Amino acid sequence: MALQSLDIKQRSATTSPTPQARITLEVAKLIDVSACIGCKACTVACMEWNDVREEVGNCHGVYDNPVDLTENAWTVMRFSEVEQNDKLEWLIRKDGCMHCADPGCLKACPAPGAIVQYSNGIVDFHQENCIGCGYCITGCPFNVPRISKKDSKAYKCTLCSDRVAVNQAPACVKACPTGAIQFGSKEDMKDYAEHRITDLRERGYDKAGLYDPEGVGGTHVMYVLHHADQPNLYAGLPANPAISPLVSLWKGFAKPLATLALAGVALGSLFHYVTKGPNEVSKEIEDEIEKEDAK
Amino acid sequence: MTNHWVDIKNADLIFVMGGNPAEAHPCGFKWVIEAKKNRKAKLVVVDPRFNRTASVADFYAPVRSGSDIAFLGGVINYLIVNDKIHHEYVKAYTNAGLLVDAGYKFEDGIFSGYNEEKRSYGKDSWKYQMDTEGYAKVDDTWQDPNCVWQLMKTHYSRYTPEMVARICGTPKEAFLKICAMIAETAAPTKTMTSLYALGWTEHSVGSQNIRCMAIIQLLLGNMGMAGGGINALRGHANVQGITDFALYAQNLPGYLGAPGDADADLKTFLEKRTPKAMRPGQMNYGQNFPKWFISLQKAWWGDAANKDNDFAYDYLPKLAGASDVLSIFDQMYQGKINGFFCQGFNPLASVANKRKVGDALAKLKYLVVIDPLATDTSEFWKPYGEFNEVDPAKIQTEVFRLPANLFAEHAGSFTNSGRVIQWRWKAVDGPGDAKDDAEILAALFLRLKEAYVKEGGAFADPILKLTWAYRQPAKPSPEELMMEYNGKALADVTDPKDPTKVLVKAGDQLGSFAQLRDDGSTTCGNWIYCGVWSPAGNNSARRDPSDPSGLGQTLNWGYAWPVNRRILYNRASADLSGKPWDAKRMVLRWTGKAWGGNDVPDMRPDAAPEENVMPFIMNPEGVGRLFCRDLMADGPMPEHYEPFETPLDANPMHPNNPKATSNPAARVFKGDMEAFGKAKDFPYVATTYRLTEHFHYWTKQSKINAIMQPEQFVEIGEELAKEKGIVAGDKVKIRSNRGFIRAVAVVTKRIKALDVDGRKVHTVGIPTHFGFKGATKPGFITNTLTPVVGDANVQTPEYKAFLVNIEKA
Amino acid sequence: MNITRRQFFKVCSAGLGGSSIALMGFSPTAALAEVRTFKLARATETRNTCPYCSVSCGVLIYSTGDKSKNAPGEIIHIEGDPDNPVNRGTLCPKGAGLRDMVQSANRLKWPEVREAGSNEWKRISWDEALDRVARHMKKDRDANFMAQNKDGVTVNRWSSTGFLASSAASNEAGYLTVKMLRALGMTSIDTQARI
Repeated sequence: MALQSLDIKQRSATTSPTPQARITLEVAKLIDVSACIGCKACTVACMEWNDVREEVGNCHGVYDNPVDLTENAWTVMRFSEVEQNDKLEWLIRKDGCMHCADPGCLKACPAPGAIVQYSNGIVDFHQENCIGCGYCITGCPFNVPRISKKDSKAYKCTLCSDRVAVNQAPACVKACPTGAIQFGSKEDMKDYAEHRITDLRERGYDKAGLYDPEGVGGTHVMYVLHHADQPNLYAGLPANPAISPLVSLWKGFAKPLATLALAGVALGSLFHYVTKGPNEVSKEIEDEIEKEDAK
Repeated sequence: MTNHWVDIKNADLIFVMGGNPAEAHPCGFKWVIEAKKNRKAKLVVVDPRFNRTASVADFYAPVRSGSDIAFLGGVINYLIVNDKIHHEYVKAYTNAGLLVDAGYKFEDGIFSGYNEEKRSYGKDSWKYQMDTEGYAKVDDTWQDPNCVWQLMKTHYSRYTPEMVARICGTPKEAFLKICAMIAETAAPTKTMTSLYALGWTEHSVGSQNIRCMAIIQLLLGNMGMAGGGINALRGHANVQGITDFALYAQNLPGYLGAPGDADADLKTFLEKRTPKAMRPGQMNYGQNFPKWFISLQKAWWGDAANKDNDFAYDYLPKLAGASDVLSIFDQMYQGKINGFFCQGFNPLASVANKRKVGDALAKLKYLVVIDPLATDTSEFWKPYGEFNEVDPAKIQTEVFRLPANLFAEHAGSFTNSGRVIQWRWKAVDGPGDAKDDAEILAALFLRLKEAYVKEGGAFADPILKLTWAYRQPAKPSPEELMMEYNGKALADVTDPKDPTKVLVKAGDQLGSFAQLRDDGSTTCGNWIYCGVWSPAGNNSARRDPSDPSGLGQTLNWGYAWPVNRRILYNRASADLSGKPWDAKRMVLRWTGKAWGGNDVPDMRPDAAPEENVMPFIMNPEGVGRLFCRDLMADGPMPEHYEPFETPLDANPMHPNNPKATSNPAARVFKGDMEAFGKAKDFPYVATTYRLTEHFHYWTKQSKINAIMQPEQFVEIGEELAKEKGIVAGDKVKIRSNRGFIRAVAVVTKRIKALDVDGRKVHTVGIPTHFGFKGATKPGFITNTLTPVVGDANVQTPEYKAFLVNIEKA
Repeated sequence: MNITRRQFFKVCSAGLGGSSIALMGFSPTAALAEVRTFKLARATETRNTCPYCSVSCGVLIYSTGDKSKNAPGEIIHIEGDPDNPVNRGTLCPKGAGLRDMVQSANRLKWPEVREAGSNEWKRISWDEALDRVARHMKKDRDANFMAQNKDGVTVNRWSSTGFLASSAASNEAGYLTVKMLRALGMTSIDTQARI
């Protein structure tokens, strides 16, 4: 079975059915945090392959550069110095899109075809359809997508859908010097994770485990954690991630309501988009509402 | 490396001290992770900082920078006291039973023969007792008080766990836990690999740090074993190759000691350099020195090197004395050097005491920088604010900057630290008018030669007669050069046992250094590389990754020196009868007729075990040295000395002998001794190091790496930060007695204050990598701070342990 | 459900733009979801070795074009060589970023000279650069070459010009360098191996 990613499983703001006939392997990337040395080869390989470059920043008193995900940094390393039970650990987690089985970003996205999920599980952004509203950010339980200041489009890890489409591993996976990042079918990755967890338990990490959170239907990027009972230790990895209730709100009643009630504004909205770029709530209006709320 | 990168996967214990491979060699470090994953191997890290390697270690212990010998001496003592040694191995394969001269003494921190004025040793007593036949005497019972075993036992008995904790600041329990883990590998079927790098070498006792590990690995029987050995991780992509080719003064290619003023003629030179066997029946491979040397002379001067002129011995310059980078800059500083070339080398950034280096460069008449990049050195004359405070008008040096191609832009070979020579192919042309290094040098040489032909000048013969038979004289191809240094037969090379049998026909490439001759009938530009371009062609370009043994030997990938051997001393992986110590990791075995197995034997192939030819064939003793005779400048057994800038008042091993505070045999130049700081002014131990995001001073020029680590920082522990009112992200000023730098503070739990000799010692960690040229934020050069003092044997500067003060900027 | 008015406003307002466009008949069905094209499909692949640390990882250099005369190649990507027994296709953050080193804004492109006392670089030709450097060398060598030491021993050395050789140069360039330096009688030589 190929890792072919052209088949679409679901597409944002679109109800037309997607092709279902072909069988595609469900893929996953496994990040074994216990074998990660935080070298940032993945971060570099990602930037290099995807032809993006972050600005050269500053040192902020920590090792974390780039300091956060941006439209040009789709994966970053997060370093946490943790001292418990008289033992110091330097927990280093590669952060980026988790490629949720139930992607909050896609659910939330109002722009048809801007976010797609391929049948292999990859969640991909198609910037040509993106309107830059930023709702994917609200929808993401992991705070991953970022809007570019240059073109007002949302960007994030594609799981190198272009490489996977030709049966190559994502750039970060291939580069990873220690094999802390593995790629394959989700099933194989879970098996591999089991081996690693057994090894970690033998080395005294009795709470070692797999991070594949159910709240988002499982993910196509999973972690092996030495302390699976405390994901928060790893720079705030959420213990029980779930899609923001806002997204359900939008899907449930707000979207049809808004659509019906405000359809008349749409034309204006379109012209606004064409002439002024992406549709967004101005900061001033937001602040105004905020003030009212505070009263 | 005695072993190689992939072989690390065969280890049971990976001991990392004096290195940080996860940080500096991530792709090689994968084999540590593989050993952990597949062999359930353990990783132990001992380092002043809890570093990236420590982040995946099974056990980590801190150590004060500059106290490694105390730690390792403690390990030696532990192994002896607890009888955790591989007895059969030590007895057969080391010099434990050899008797040492009765005059040898070690008293109050000083070995016999010390000359305080010269800061050096007369080493007459650092030798074996010899019998009437000229062989070293042995006491196989190890009872003689002068046998190596007894001397070693006594010497290290002072390195108790308490003393280790006192000097190193390593908690005693942590030290003992590590000792116990190491001791397990004394079992014949368990191995430990030692991975080290500049964390051991960049000390005034650097070479002796490594000697300690040599002793430990011999005691444990880990030399020659798969998954064992002592593995220098090393720096540049071809630092191994460039070392092998002797781009430094004291050697000629293939580690042939270069002639000095005392070697007036060829006969004297060869006699001094050619060792005699010290035990009966040993290979003493160094006895072939004349073959290697004469073949080198033939490669360089062809017909002009012949029996009548001592093979052009006088064409070679004789070395007056020290000629290492520290001494060269000292000479330059004194105005004794007029011209200087920096080829892919950025000394303003990478040599100790930047101010001295800059002042020295300003005294040159001409400086030539051959580099792909605009280096800091090439602009030493240009003001960059407080990063480089100079006045160009006062600097009369003419500076030439010549653009060179990078790796992608020319073909050739690199030798990795596992000694594997690998060919590379050209991908694209270099930018603008950039040229290959070889082309630039050839162009210079041909101009000089032409000038000497036309005008004459000082001793022109070696220039005019240098072999230069390249098809395009201005553009020697890498293929031609490799064929040349591999060597060829000038006349038929015959079998010494049967002169009618021709081994190599005149004009053919040689297949191995066993075919070299000392009569001028062979050429070879580097004997250890002989075989790389054999009659079969370019063996470094071989690309068969198959690994039938599963040990990762890949004998058909590239070509390893010597003779494609992947694990040095591999004869020691089998017992005296030729049976592997560990059948599951068989490297070599005696088949009844010959040595065979999964590597090229490091032994005469037909040397039957009964002949008792011992595994360390390059040593005249045939065995590994626990006591290394007169081969080191600063003692036949390692002893702890404090760094030249020590936070302590005295060496805790020798509190009442100030002469033994720091290495008594380390060289210190006039003026540099005065430039050492004292603990009262500079109370913190500083250590410099690399970050994984950068490579030396290159990648600061690469945008993507600049993004990953954009700016100079220093690391301090939380306790020191609190004391000084520094929070993470603050700008701080770090001063040594030689200058100051400013940087961003990284405040971390990963550096702890250590309890050393009853006082608290803080460590300040200072990455190198940054400077005023590049894509990273312009900044200071770390080596502004470092002292000019080198290891007593090889003059590697003491970058890892010096004193600083730190304050909020 | 705990949401603020601000968030609610954002939900409706932000969502509306796209979907209302779709309602108006601007549904982007024509813009099919397609992954980015695999950029190496017809690139030229060259095997090389990473020039940084002494692991000497194998790399695959991908460049544009097919080496035809009119289209000089440019490197578009570098990744690990899976055949290399040591790195097996992996690369570290330095190796994975090699393209930015090759294409660094600070690459030198032509010979330059900074004249004595000057505060700037001046571009010169290779001929001028090499002629001038060779002239300096010969002058210094002829003036300072020591044929014999004070004891009358032949020493034939030239120590007043030094050379720091690159540990990133190939074995072949290194061999040519040492051969030439020794023939000139140079003794003030060193390399990065020591530091």
